[in-house]
Amino acid sequence: MRRFVADLSRNLTSQRRKKLATCALRHRTCSLFSSSQSQSSVVIPIRFLNTTSVDPSMASDYSGTPVTLDTINPKVLNCEYAVRGEIVTLAQKLQDELKENPGSRSFDEILYCNIGNPQSLGQQPITFFREVLALCDHPTILDRAETQGLFSADSIERAFQILDQIPGRATGAYSHSQGIKGLRDTIASGIEARDGYPADPNDIFLTDGASPAVHMMMQLLIRSEKDGILCPIPQYPLYSASITLHGGTLVPYYLDESTGWGLEISDLKNQLEAAKSNGTSVRALVVINPGNPTGQVLSENNQKEIVEFCKKEKLVLLADEVYQENIYVPDKQFHSFKKVSRTMGYGEKDISLVSFQSVSKGYHGECGKRGGYMEVTGFSPNVREQIYKVASVNLCSNISGQILSSLVMSPPKVGDESYESYFAEKDAILSSLARRAKTLEAALNSLEGVTCNRAEGAMYLFPRIELPKKAIEAAKSANKAPDAFYARRLLDATGIVVVPGSGFGQVPGTWHFRCTILPQEDKIPAIVTRLTEFHNGFMDEFRD
Amino acid sequence: MSKPLDYENLNENVKKCQYAVRGELYLRASELQKEGKKIIFTNVGNPHALGQKPLTFPRQVIALCQAPFLLDDPNVGLVFPSDTIARAKHYLSLTSGGLGAYSDSRGVPGIRKEVAEFIERRDGYPSDPELIFLTDGASKGVMQILNATIRGDRDGILVPVPQYPLYSATISLLGGSLIPYYLEETANWGLDIVNLRQSVAQARSQGITVRAMVIINPGNPTGQCLSIANLKEVLQFCYQNNLVLLGDEVYQQNIYQDERPFISARKVLMDMGGPISKELQLVSFHTVSKGYWGECGQRGGYFEMTNISPKTVEEIYKVASISLSPNVPGQIFLGLMVNPPKPGDISYERFVRESKGILESLRKRAQIMTDGFNSCRNVVCNFTEGAMYSFPQIRLPPKAIEAAKKAGKVPDVFYCLKLLEATGISTVPGSGFGQKDGVFHLRTTILPAEEDMPAIMASFKKFNDEFMEQYEDYRGYSRM
Repeated sequence: MRRFVADLSRNLTSQRRKKLATCALRHRTCSLFSSSQSQSSVVIPIRFLNTTSVDPSMASDYSGTPVTLDTINPKVLNCEYAVRGEIVTLAQKLQDELKENPGSRSFDEILYCNIGNPQSLGQQPITFFREVLALCDHPTILDRAETQGLFSADSIERAFQILDQIPGRATGAYSHSQGIKGLRDTIASGIEARDGYPADPNDIFLTDGASPAVHMMMQLLIRSEKDGILCPIPQYPLYSASITLHGGTLVPYYLDESTGWGLEISDLKNQLEAAKSNGTSVRALVVINPGNPTGQVLSENNQKEIVEFCKKEKLVLLADEVYQENIYVPDKQFHSFKKVSRTMGYGEKDISLVSFQSVSKGYHGECGKRGGYMEVTGFSPNVREQIYKVASVNLCSNISGQILSSLVMSPPKVGDESYESYFAEKDAILSSLARRAKTLEAALNSLEGVTCNRAEGAMYLFPRIELPKKAIEAAKSANKAPDAFYARRLLDATGIVVVPGSGFGQVPGTWHFRCTILPQEDKIPAIVTRLTEFHNGFMDEFRD
Repeated sequence: MSKPLDYENLNENVKKCQYAVRGELYLRASELQKEGKKIIFTNVGNPHALGQKPLTFPRQVIALCQAPFLLDDPNVGLVFPSDTIARAKHYLSLTSGGLGAYSDSRGVPGIRKEVAEFIERRDGYPSDPELIFLTDGASKGVMQILNATIRGDRDGILVPVPQYPLYSATISLLGGSLIPYYLEETANWGLDIVNLRQSVAQARSQGITVRAMVIINPGNPTGQCLSIANLKEVLQFCYQNNLVLLGDEVYQQNIYQDERPFISARKVLMDMGGPISKELQLVSFHTVSKGYWGECGQRGGYFEMTNISPKTVEEIYKVASISLSPNVPGQIFLGLMVNPPKPGDISYERFVRESKGILESLRKRAQIMTDGFNSCRNVVCNFTEGAMYSFPQIRLPPKAIEAAKKAGKVPDVFYCLKLLEATGISTVPGSGFGQKDGVFHLRTTILPAEEDMPAIMASFKKFNDEFMEQYEDYRGYSRM
């Protein structure tokens, strides 16, 4: 039984609720989180894979076997993750089609704007980082003279430094379950340099990307479906999926689109109280800053209010800060929640805070490496022991990813041989991202019925589309959520892949899609043209 | 002041789970190491940490993949042989953006194809890349499959005792029930089908639905290699009892005797033919962490599904997609492992020399250790037929057991702590793996360098004999 405590202030007729519920059960084309008492529901993710046909003969072949859909863990069945969902599967099929029959469509390539995967779209890795990683992967060449002709001197030096922190220089050995100590020292120094407040290497847990760290915390926090986690709507669906997998309840709080996706503490408080009155024990608050999919950067004041709120209400603050280096507007700055808390005079005894960082985003975009960490502060020693224990079952995260995390938190400095080229690469990437964000935002805002908040940070735009009634009806007949219908049409007409807003959650009756700002700059004009043409055609077809 | 996340309000499943491999003994050993004591870590199968060198070829290839700009450098050939350059280009071409891009959530398709081809060469039966998922180490794959299987505490998973505690820990975390089946130490840790049947019957009488059976072949910590007959028995048993078989085959390259070479559960299943081969559900696990590769730190592994319905595969894919993708370098290591240099390749001779060297040495060390343990009068040690561990049975005298009780410790923990303090040898007590009541073991790896082995075994024997002198009474020692 899927349940979460939803916002009770929106209206939804019981008929619509029944329809959505039937849709979920019969077609699995939409997934619904609704409590039996709620008057509204937030439609979050669209059913993952193409489930158009259920071949009855297939069912009978497997029906006697121990692991079938009937006997699989229901939490697995219930969880959803739209970022790699149905629309992506369709896009891949289209891509195969294009390969077999070039020219069969009005476009000649698929443009994946569904996922924050920069290097798959041509972004180049930071040279210095790759030099150091290559040397750490193959340390025997460090002593050879020829190596100096292939690598920069400071990358060789850094590799030596790192390898000296690894017992026996054995990058192929399992490390300490929290990650190599020397690398954690480096990261702690990097955090201190960033925030102006000390960080303890023993608070750091290096993980295979930030996602496993999020799962770990959910596992610790969630005892049963009575435990709730406050999540922003719209949210990055790792959170909803993880909460479902761990058997908990997602408690939504709505970001306000009309105020640049702002967060009102009073709203937060209302959601908390509503959840409590429903018997939910709310354990933590997730904040994504900069936001995904919404791209807003929180003001420092807002952050202070959030810290105060968590302290007062005894919530663990889960701060997803993986986009901390992606800020595109001069009037906003990233402040870590750790820094904000310490600035307020709050320490270990005052606030339980988990901060997540990753090598996948920023300007480095090293998604495939699976590197990241969580910094865990404000927990008792015996809870820390338990966190360590869970980490130890998987032994350790991949060493190359650990090394990369330390490089990201301590890149070349002024005066280092590689500094200039490093800085040039970083600056080129970040300024290009800022340009692309602006161009795409302007293009979206110029479309009929579309409004798009600016991307202050992160890697996405999340425009809202006012879909005409005819379009909504056509979507219904096609058994699709309206934004999924739009996204499908967009794909078929242009080859552009976006993720329907229902994959992230949105105020019911509103429709969005998430589009990354990652396609290479020279492709952006074509994207804008194609998108505009498609949208105009779509509106012509469905306008009231 | 109470905190939002306190020990009291932590998920109970987390509190219940135990993982001795990095538990009490390891933590104590780390403390002593910090104080300056020389520690020999034999607690985990971590070859490179004990001096085993990485194979040269894969490291060359991966370094080139990390820094593809090297491939354009005219001097690259001075440092990297041409076949490594070709391989790096090959794997880079299989990715969609190099090492830094998320791959397909199941792993790079081209690499999964190479794994399928490896399986076909090994077993003689075709394998479908669509049913092969690459993971961040085999452990992640085990967790994913158990997560899909276990619905609640009424679901039971048959696990061998002794077992590698990833299974017990994961079952705990997922809120399932572990159903032990005991391996028979006196029969070379063989499978006891009667005990297996009894375990299942008992579980069912308690209202538990037995869902799956785990076999570890070669065994961990026990090292035994299953015979074809044994494997057939297991497969039939799973088929008759409607269980999915989870075949942990991560040590398939580590075989130290010639009577029972490795044979995969899948091959035996396919050889059996008939309905069982089309219906018995099997998931097989492999890794780059063991074998002669020992690349634990890369976190590379895969699982292959047999006779799992497409819809179930979809669901498992869905959960994999939430974590986006396994790490790409680890995937490339897997590709290289299933596709090593061939005769005629520039790197072939060196590769064979390095691999053979490692395997031959492991075989020798397996023998040295077994013999060393058996030379102690209160120790009985089955030969390490495979894997990386020795699991001697230590017979403790009643006085020692009493002393342990007084110290608030399980007897084998007590023994292992004393061993650690006296010699610096850090082992894992048998209780971390499960054992029959009143029987005590410890697990050590066979990984310390060959030249250090005699000294280590001598050090152990000295400690053990002194321990026995201290605690033995003249009526003899306790067997049970």
